Amino acid sequence: MAIFLSKASKVIVQGMTGAEGMKHTRRMLAAGTDIVGGVNPRKAGQDVEVDGRSVPVFGSVAEAREATGADVSVLFVPPAFSRAAVHEAVDAGIPLAVVITEGIPVHDAVAFRAYAQERGTRIIGPNCPGLISPGQSNAGIIPADIAPEPGRIGLVSKSGTLTYQLMYELREIGFSSCVGIGGDPVIGTTHIDCLEAFEADPETDLIVMIGEIGGDAEERAAAFIKENVTKPVIGYVAGFTAPEGKTMGHAGAIVSGSSGTAQAKKEALEAAGVRVGETPTGTARLVLDRLS
Amino acid sequence: MDLYEHQARELFDRHGVLVPEAEVVDTARAAREAAGRLGADRHGVVVKAQVKTGGRGKAGGVKKAADAAAAEITARQILGMDIKGHTVHSVMLASPVNVEKEYYVSYVLDRAAGGFIAIASAEGGMEIEEVAAARPEAVARVPVDPARGVTPEVADRIVSEAGLPEDVAPVLRKLWTVLESEDALLVEVNPLVRTGDGSIVALDGKVTLDDNARFRQARWGESAEVPSGGEGGRLEAEAASKGLNYVKLEGEVGVIGNGAGLVMSTLDVVAGCGARPADFLDIGGGASAQVMADGLSLVLSDPDVKSLLVNVFGGITACDAVAEGITQALDQVRLTKPLVVRLDGNNAVRGREILEENPHPLLEQRTTMDGAAQRAAELATAAAAAA
Repeated sequence: MAIFLSKASKVIVQGMTGAEGMKHTRRMLAAGTDIVGGVNPRKAGQDVEVDGRSVPVFGSVAEAREATGADVSVLFVPPAFSRAAVHEAVDAGIPLAVVITEGIPVHDAVAFRAYAQERGTRIIGPNCPGLISPGQSNAGIIPADIAPEPGRIGLVSKSGTLTYQLMYELREIGFSSCVGIGGDPVIGTTHIDCLEAFEADPETDLIVMIGEIGGDAEERAAAFIKENVTKPVIGYVAGFTAPEGKTMGHAGAIVSGSSGTAQAKKEALEAAGVRVGETPTGTARLVLDRLS
Repeated sequence: MDLYEHQARELFDRHGVLVPEAEVVDTARAAREAAGRLGADRHGVVVKAQVKTGGRGKAGGVKKAADAAAAEITARQILGMDIKGHTVHSVMLASPVNVEKEYYVSYVLDRAAGGFIAIASAEGGMEIEEVAAARPEAVARVPVDPARGVTPEVADRIVSEAGLPEDVAPVLRKLWTVLESEDALLVEVNPLVRTGDGSIVALDGKVTLDDNARFRQARWGESAEVPSGGEGGRLEAEAASKGLNYVKLEGEVGVIGNGAGLVMSTLDVVAGCGARPADFLDIGGGASAQVMADGLSLVLSDPDVKSLLVNVFGGITACDAVAEGITQALDQVRLTKPLVVRLDGNNAVRGREILEENPHPLLEQRTTMDGAAQRAAELATAAAAAA
């Protein structure tokens, strides 16, 4: 089953013909992703050869969806064009858009998040590594060979490299899905959305949740876990020794209602019954203990 | 990027929000001249320290001067002052405003809602957190639909919920234009005042711009965050010039890694081993050999660093490229401090081989993050004890 992404997912890549797009299209195909096309108006009608497979390029997301029945789009589109590209995916009725691009202006993320939400498209990211359901499909840049075998852990994280680190530590157990939700202040899919999906997923037995300083997403996730999650959750929070970030003025503090420190997040999670690891390796050990 | 008050004032002015007459200067002499031009000899002038921190008034960084000569003396007192660790390098001289009533208004990013909200109160001038804590009903919060912005209806709703007079509504619309067209993440006016003649004036303001929007904000130019002074400032400026994501810290273990999350985590693990990290340096995803070489040279040049820890989990970053970068850097700069390297993930085996083929007496490898952090901490502690 996994969450959001499965063997049945038909994936297109917006920005496939760029250097990053090509590199990761190749990797996604190698991981078993059913990539049914790419989008580039200037190369529409051409086929791109990727490791012996021919991938058609379409002029628009709508054309690609019409021709292939694609239901996932992975975006490798430069920041200046990301907003228009996400709108295009939403307008075409794509249910899941994975925005890998880093450096998108916050106003654009706010705009496309709202646009997608009103029209029923789930956004993952921006500034994220995407998501993988091992053995089924990989939508984004998570290296599939870190933990190639499917398993029963669900993982959600703001950070790409911490996702990889934890996947590596727990590769023997394996994952149902790993979702990198991205570290930007405004993201389409939150910890809570993933916790809810993992709770409902019959193929997930345990959830690993990785957070880091800033905002109050972890505190809100902790409140959600307390009320709604029956599966065991193991947490990790990075940034205990990080210096205080840029303050957002007075107004920021009253919006979040939290200091945003790692300590506050750890305490909130522990109060919700989540065991929180001291280090990534320690966190993996807590998972192993819980499963043994 | 946080702006100084005078930069915020300029943005308000550009979008039609009334602001006091003002000039910015960096010497006492120039303060006297500016005060003269502003008519200080007729009605006095306010001298305001330009620092990116709150509490300037309490720290003595905001003072009234009776005339241009007094402004020079006051500016001399304020320039060079330290306010919460920020040195005052410039002062703004502003014409005094006859304040009748003070309000608070801001637009701020509400991360939980994924959008901007307006915060407004008829009780301005003091710390808004204090107002919010003491009398939450006095602070209105109104979410703004990003597709529509602050329409006349939204502006009316904000003023009515905050109990503000109706003539604040047009100012709220102009401030929204500041937020939107300048790619700001925060626009805060505290206080927004009603003057004796009934105008609505932004007396003090705070604006944070979104660094991600630099590509489309030509007016920002190349000016980046002014680094702090001293050795830390030098290192941060050098890092910025090489495009490295670097923050100077207080400790003695130089930390380099890939990905903000993993580097933050590495700092925590080093601290857990009883040492203190000397810096945060993220070489990013897909880092090239040159980036690694630049990063290593930079951290080596920090005199506080007693040992170095390179912690890379290769996701997109290939560990062989990282290893090449390390060997390249060791050709360019003389390694004078012990270096512990942990490479794992993408092409880690080849990366480790490359380091073994290019041995250096001060370079050690560890295969786990915890083991590498432990070793780097031990080496730093030993070096500190020997010194």
